Amino acid sequence: MSVVIPLSPLQEDIQDRIGGKAHALAVMMQKKMNVPEAVAITTEAYDIYVSETGLRTKIMMELNRKSHENIRWEELWDTSLRIRNMFVNTPLPDDLHEHIKKSVDTYIAGKSVVVRSSAPGEDTSDTSFAGLHASYVNVKGTEAIIEHIKLVWSSLWSDASLLYRRELGLDEHKSSMAVVVQEIISGEVSGIGFGQNPNDPAQCVIESVYGLNQGLVDGSLEPDRWILDRDEGTLITHTPADRIHALYPSEGGTAMSELPPELRAKPPLTRENVMEVYKLVMNAERIFGLPQDVEWTIRENQIYVLQSRPITTLSGSGKDDERGWYLSLKRSVENLKTMKHKIEDTLIPALQKETEEMAQAGLSLLSDDEVKNEAERRRKVFDSWKKTYWDYFIPFAHGMRLFGTVYNDTVHPADPYEFLTLLSTGDIVSIQRNNILKDMALQVRDNKRLVHDLKKGDYSNPAFSRLLDKLISSHGDLLCRSPHCTAEIPDILNIVIEMASAPGRQGSDNQIVKKREQVFLSHFNGHKREEAAEILDIGRASYRMRDNDNIYMGKLKARVLDAEDELLRRSSSAERKPSSAGHFNSLSLSDHEPVSDTECDSVGAEEGFRLQARQITGQPAGPGIASGSARVIKTASDLMNFKKGEIMVCDSIDPNMTFVVPLASAIVERRGGMLIHGAIIAREYGLPCVTGISNASEIIRTGDRVTVDGYLGIVIIDTEEHLTQN
Amino acid sequence: MTGLYISVLKMDNISELKQSITQLVSRQKLAVLSSFGKGQPYASLVAFAATEDLKYILFATTRSTRKYTNLSLESNVALLIDNRTNEETDFSYAAAATALGRAEEIRDPQRESLINIYLAKHPHLREFVTSPSCALVQVTVQKYYLVNRFQNVQELHIQ
Repeated sequence: MSVVIPLSPLQEDIQDRIGGKAHALAVMMQKKMNVPEAVAITTEAYDIYVSETGLRTKIMMELNRKSHENIRWEELWDTSLRIRNMFVNTPLPDDLHEHIKKSVDTYIAGKSVVVRSSAPGEDTSDTSFAGLHASYVNVKGTEAIIEHIKLVWSSLWSDASLLYRRELGLDEHKSSMAVVVQEIISGEVSGIGFGQNPNDPAQCVIESVYGLNQGLVDGSLEPDRWILDRDEGTLITHTPADRIHALYPSEGGTAMSELPPELRAKPPLTRENVMEVYKLVMNAERIFGLPQDVEWTIRENQIYVLQSRPITTLSGSGKDDERGWYLSLKRSVENLKTMKHKIEDTLIPALQKETEEMAQAGLSLLSDDEVKNEAERRRKVFDSWKKTYWDYFIPFAHGMRLFGTVYNDTVHPADPYEFLTLLSTGDIVSIQRNNILKDMALQVRDNKRLVHDLKKGDYSNPAFSRLLDKLISSHGDLLCRSPHCTAEIPDILNIVIEMASAPGRQGSDNQIVKKREQVFLSHFNGHKREEAAEILDIGRASYRMRDNDNIYMGKLKARVLDAEDELLRRSSSAERKPSSAGHFNSLSLSDHEPVSDTECDSVGAEEGFRLQARQITGQPAGPGIASGSARVIKTASDLMNFKKGEIMVCDSIDPNMTFVVPLASAIVERRGGMLIHGAIIAREYGLPCVTGISNASEIIRTGDRVTVDGYLGIVIIDTEEHLTQN
Repeated sequence: MTGLYISVLKMDNISELKQSITQLVSRQKLAVLSSFGKGQPYASLVAFAATEDLKYILFATTRSTRKYTNLSLESNVALLIDNRTNEETDFSYAAAATALGRAEEIRDPQRESLINIYLAKHPHLREFVTSPSCALVQVTVQKYYLVNRFQNVQELHIQ
């Protein structure tokens, strides 16, 4: 079994077995460049692992749940999370484990290492996709190294790889992954060198930070940047960074530290260092024949080359291809921490203040011109907040994913989504709104007199009217100005009366959540525990914001519409009818959301034949199983007519619609993913939920009997015809 | 393990669904027939052919078989037609169509034209199907259930 191969001396015809990255290192070693010692775990090791453990079949089944064109970005993350968890929970076959262990013990001999991906074909000039696969810095101990080899293997199926599966030629039958295990050199300064500036072919670019270059590569540290003339090596510009932090090895990984004042004031590289890096980069280009993207580090005045690959950019980064945008949502802990503060301390208070000021402004007192100006101003304000929504609120959702990855790596749960139970802390605005409705329902329950009065329009019951006032004053907009709903008080009362006849639903169990939190944190000690608690905190904030941001934006939207409605009221033009739908279309938050999959008219019938969906696979997004009559939500009245026990079927759920969720027995949504609004609210109420059912609101009709299997992510549709037959 | 299937049979809309069923019934030679008699379901392999419009499925059986006896007692049948290869890839790539319908024996004068359809697919069964002891059975299909990707199910109702 030759599954571990030292990179020096260079063996012939080995590139396919050790991957591009390992091969480039071996070539540089042969050319006497200063490369830290390394071994490659060959693709055979991956092949043995996935074949003998049955993972290959599981991966294949996971990837083929749905047709690729029907899979959203968020579902890709889910798919890769499930696959990653399979790797985490599947040990190596004994023989393979023993073999890797022996070789690692021999070659690595207790040193700390970097474990990097080296996929065959990954770093050729055609398919160099930086950052698709995983790297782990500062891993120590044979068992830890083996665990991280598995994580690198699993990154063959990362969401980023799956996004570019066509370009990568990713194939569940054939694709394989080699791994580089390389001694870590903890340099005082590190960086990258681009042999050719992508923006100007006559230049090359060098970037550098203090400490390890992981912080630079993952974008959490801003580097100093030097631009040089490519031919002469003369310095053209130096752009200093705001040097505050650096990344250093710490127990079992890396940690961000503050830089001492003397280093903050000093660029990480001297002029001589810059020249040295320039020469290194040009030397690599001479060896490989193409401009290179080189990672390097300097320790005790000696420069080491850590990896080298041809410069390419992600293909398909054109206007219509938003995959690059999706990948940019991945953020580091540092970045998320900064975002959390900015969102919670600055942005949300400012958004609420702005909305509140608009609510206070007496539009009726303004002149026609003033109303016109105010309407324009409000729309501009909304547009500017929409930009903030995309720049901050949406990327911040990555906090949940980050926590999920850390949790799964630490706890190794059988359910890859167990981490979600820790994120819910009950402080979601839509849940607070639903709790008021629940209190109202409690008042109505068993009080026939009150129901009778309410139905007649008599709201004078003091306890009840206090709650009604509270609902309207704090959440009125949610009910009355959402895209799908123009509820009046009688509509709200219908919902309350319906809720009164249903027993209250239990959300997640606090005891279990507390216990899981303790188990999670017990895996860490000292400052690592603080970090883990911080990541949990970011995850929770991210989970809250995921729902709350839409609610806050919904409130602002309502104030924009107030001004536009006032304007329309004053307009004598008959052509300009008030139209909420029109307003809402133009105030949509969705820019990046692909619209519904197929034109549905053509789906269901052809002369002599009729298609009926029977059982559809989506994503399991809330465990449990429930059957009931479907209520397909297309208009406000669908929401208002919602009856207890019905299954909520929706194209895409907005938090402004979720006040009927306590009545539902399950949720089905066309948009796929574990972290979408439908999935979040379903978890809050412990409802079975399946997302990613293509054309859900077309193939299911109101009244169809539907079974939602939230364990397996399946929806089974029984039309009336079935019922009479069975 | 590799490349046995170019792709999963598609069934997202009615034309894909019909095309996929057509592909299955034309490429597969054998189907599993479910018949029923004396309180007991019974499964057997039959060489079958389907008409181009998918509305009828034909198979042949001698009249002394258990299946023939069952069909004369209960004409409602199911047929399973699938493209499994007995490999692990089946869990992702195999498709199976279940046809539900009513079976009847075809006698002259229609028998001859239908035998031609049957023999076009199974020319080596001429002797068998033309034997006086052999019955040609036509199933009028009411609906097909097509399963792909392990557990996606779509129905094609024939009106």
